[in-house]
Amino acid sequence: MLITINAEKCTGCRECIESCPYTSIEIKGGKAVINEYCQFCRTCLSVCPEGAIVEIAEEGDKQKADLSAYRGVWVFAEQRDRRIASVAYELLGAGRRLADELKTELAAVLFGADGDAARELISWGADKVYHCGDPIFEKFNDEPYAKMLTALIRDYKPEIVLAGATPLGRSFIPRVAARLKTGLTADCTALEIDKDTGNLLQIRPAFGGNIMATILCPDNRPQIATVRPRVMKRIEVDHGRKGEVVPVNAVNLTCRTKVIETLKETSDCMVNLQEAEIIVSGGRGMSNSKGFAMLEELAVLLGGSVGASRGAVDEGWIPYLHQVGQTGKTVCPKVYIACGISGAVQHLVGMQSSDIIIAINKNPEAPIFNAATYGIVGDVNEVIPLLIKKLKEGRQ
Amino acid sequence: MMNIIVCIKQVPDTAEVRINPETNTLVREGVPSIINPYDMHALEAALQIREQTGGKVTVITMGPPQAESALREAVSMGADEVRLISDRAFAGADTWATSYTLYKAIEKMDYDIILCGKQAIDGDTAQVGPEVAEFLDIPHIAYVRKIDELATGMIRVQRLMDDGYDVVESSLPVLMTVVKEINTPRFPSLKGKMAAKKAVITKMDMSAIDAEEENVGLKGSPTQVRNIFAPQVKSDRKMLQGSVEEQVDALIKELRGLKCLLQ
Repeated sequence: MLITINAEKCTGCRECIESCPYTSIEIKGGKAVINEYCQFCRTCLSVCPEGAIVEIAEEGDKQKADLSAYRGVWVFAEQRDRRIASVAYELLGAGRRLADELKTELAAVLFGADGDAARELISWGADKVYHCGDPIFEKFNDEPYAKMLTALIRDYKPEIVLAGATPLGRSFIPRVAARLKTGLTADCTALEIDKDTGNLLQIRPAFGGNIMATILCPDNRPQIATVRPRVMKRIEVDHGRKGEVVPVNAVNLTCRTKVIETLKETSDCMVNLQEAEIIVSGGRGMSNSKGFAMLEELAVLLGGSVGASRGAVDEGWIPYLHQVGQTGKTVCPKVYIACGISGAVQHLVGMQSSDIIIAINKNPEAPIFNAATYGIVGDVNEVIPLLIKKLKEGRQ
Repeated sequence: MMNIIVCIKQVPDTAEVRINPETNTLVREGVPSIINPYDMHALEAALQIREQTGGKVTVITMGPPQAESALREAVSMGADEVRLISDRAFAGADTWATSYTLYKAIEKMDYDIILCGKQAIDGDTAQVGPEVAEFLDIPHIAYVRKIDELATGMIRVQRLMDDGYDVVESSLPVLMTVVKEINTPRFPSLKGKMAAKKAVITKMDMSAIDAEEENVGLKGSPTQVRNIFAPQVKSDRKMLQGSVEEQVDALIKELRGLKCLLQ
């Protein structure tokens, strides 16, 4: 369906412009025209005194033709405290590969932060960076983020938009997809281009990681996906890469939420598990919170973070922020040490892409050993203190 | 007095779902249906708000006729009213079409607060809550772990982030998705169980919610599932041998070889 204005009948009286809730009608050459912001709400149809605004059915092949208007791959580069999240660099790696395959350009979109941060994104693979440094983006509020990205997508029409499957990306990107009436695939772990159609194949786990699904968005654009952190590979950074930073202005951004304060969880070791290179993780086999004090000591020794299975979190031995697995975080460190974790599939999906997995469990039949690179069958209360002792000795 | 709407979903217990490796299809036979666990926390949050301010808790679900049992369970916990949004035309909906359908159902209702679980355990998308908020043109706050304050026209909550949490204020009406930390869902009371048996389930089909056919179900879904397959688990494991001390030594040696240890 399409709403158009008959230029012969239009007198340029501006009645319709006032009526449009989406500011999608403008005067060009003395006549009203409808731009791409039109949401087909039909409000204007009854307003026109000349009856110049009409609704016409689109032909079946019209939609296909429209898809070709969408070109280019975009990466939404999130920042927090003016620092670009590591997932943004990973997305640029994935986006670069997709853009090259489609023979198109790769652009990054950055809200908040400064020009230096924007230029940094070029070194990591972006050809272009759309940067809006408006202070409204300093703290994360869904509405201005969603409105701004929606407006940019309408203006520039990328065919693919990738964002991190982080709390921020997974919260505001759905609003963008809802507004644009296009598909959004959550938490993808692999992305490929269909050789025949050029469509994006979006691969993601579902049903608690028990199955994988390939999702397509064949008839709508852009194809939007959130991508799991720590899954995609960055490209080599090249500070000599050429690219363009395009400053964009924030327009009409209203916001009904307000971030009063941002509180970091404090601990001797890092809490942000998704950034950690080494994670020492504990399950029910740790027996109590003292067991976790031991894991923290080991994590500090290794320069890593402490993770936990859902069982340990449910027991109250460690806060939820540390939970790894389907209902917690997905991590992909260099080394994941699973201590007293049996390895239910819900836990495995959150850590099985770690480079090296070390399992310590007294039950030789525990499923965690199937996912492990190295396995030690033994009591955590014996193995871990010994490991700590030996690591300390090795230091001296 | 608050009008609170809770959106719930009936899901298969995912711990029981497997894929048949020969046919590459889901094995769902004998898998029990449950209320999505996160939605139980959303319902509990709604009941607690009602206890604090007075008001009404309405639980809605979009699903097949058998989703009625999930709504009866919600009544047993204390929901005042329940609605089943059900129509053959809704089948095959992705998150866009589902959100549109819920929006059309909610649009005609009175609400100050809409609560959803942070995600459903079958699809794990976490998208329907925020999408419904966008359709309704109201703000939303995702991953709420605590409600700090609820006053006239305003709510202040804690939103879970990667490395801590944000304290966020919003005007009402607002949609919130909640994480498990927010509360412990209550068990149904005997009185609740009796009420559940007698509860009248309001059914609403496509025309009752005034939805457009092109926007619901498979037809209204921009995304399609092309295929499903079983995940691959890598198995390059090496069981370390010997006494505990020998195993620990071997492990440290391996780690050192991989340059994983701080010097």
